[in-house]
Amino acid sequence: MAEATIFNAEALFNMALLTGLAVLTFGIARLRNLFGVVVLASIYSFLMATVLVVLDAVDVAMTEASVGAGVSAVLLLSALHLTRMEEAKPMRSTLLPLFVAGVTGAVLVWGTLDLPDFGDPTQPIHAAGPDYLERTVPETGIANAVTSTLASYRGFDTLGETTVIFTAGIAVLVLLKRGTRRRNPKPGEGGDAL
Amino acid sequence: MRFDAILRVATKIFLPLVLLFGLYVQFHGDYGPGGGFQAGVIVAAGFILYGLIYGLSALTRIVPPWLVETMVPLGVAIYAGTGVAGWLTGGNFLDYSRLREDVHLAQETGVFLVELGVLITVSSTMLAIFYAFAGRDRS
Repeated sequence: MAEATIFNAEALFNMALLTGLAVLTFGIARLRNLFGVVVLASIYSFLMATVLVVLDAVDVAMTEASVGAGVSAVLLLSALHLTRMEEAKPMRSTLLPLFVAGVTGAVLVWGTLDLPDFGDPTQPIHAAGPDYLERTVPETGIANAVTSTLASYRGFDTLGETTVIFTAGIAVLVLLKRGTRRRNPKPGEGGDAL
Repeated sequence: MRFDAILRVATKIFLPLVLLFGLYVQFHGDYGPGGGFQAGVIVAAGFILYGLIYGLSALTRIVPPWLVETMVPLGVAIYAGTGVAGWLTGGNFLDYSRLREDVHLAQETGVFLVELGVLITVSSTMLAIFYAFAGRDRS
């Protein structure tokens, strides 16, 4: 009985968070003021981090909060400094993009129908978990199974992830570094103006 | 923003705490949540905060762009180098077990080095992107 109550409270909390995410998404899509969009996107990331905490994925929540809400917001604001505050009105009808986005979304929802039920214990992902939890301390001496899995058991995956970040960083540098040399910098409007 | 006394003083107080927290998240990752990815972003966020308040030129005096651009591949090199070290000591690629005599010590050393590589690449990539955006002029 008590367990059922706790589950309901958690489900209610999840519902509130997910509804908040949906509302924010509409807000981001509707809003023309880009500064407001950045703020909403930052709030979105914080809500997402809370969802991940509820799902017991503290490591991912930490990443989401620091990357999504922290650094991304700053980078978006830096980008905003280079452009206008208001989003330009679309030149053509938005019906076709809306249709494409709707169909893509519907296909994604259709895809989720094939996913296993939420928290289904018979799925391989939940079967492998206890195995790692048992093995991590005797085999590696590392108490946090997330770290031992990430860095030791699945070290090759993490090497790939690090390479992805490296590649992304190099790509952004290649794209943005071009033409940084200014011909005649105006006083008070240099790179420090942020 | 650069001449606001409250922001400047608060940044000076916060910055060591942010960096300390980043180091905690990095080195306590064996026992609690965290690791190279999270710590990298937190450390980068600390430096970016300094850059926002004190200006980009003040930040580039502490962390010059050439250093950031060297650190981006350096982290991946440390990671892959740890993998090669596992190889050379007779194991598979990224097998840390033979890096030192004791298996647990070897694993912890390997994970430490690998996470250090992740920290270096992640934090420098974040800073590099920030430099690339903030260094541009509005045209």
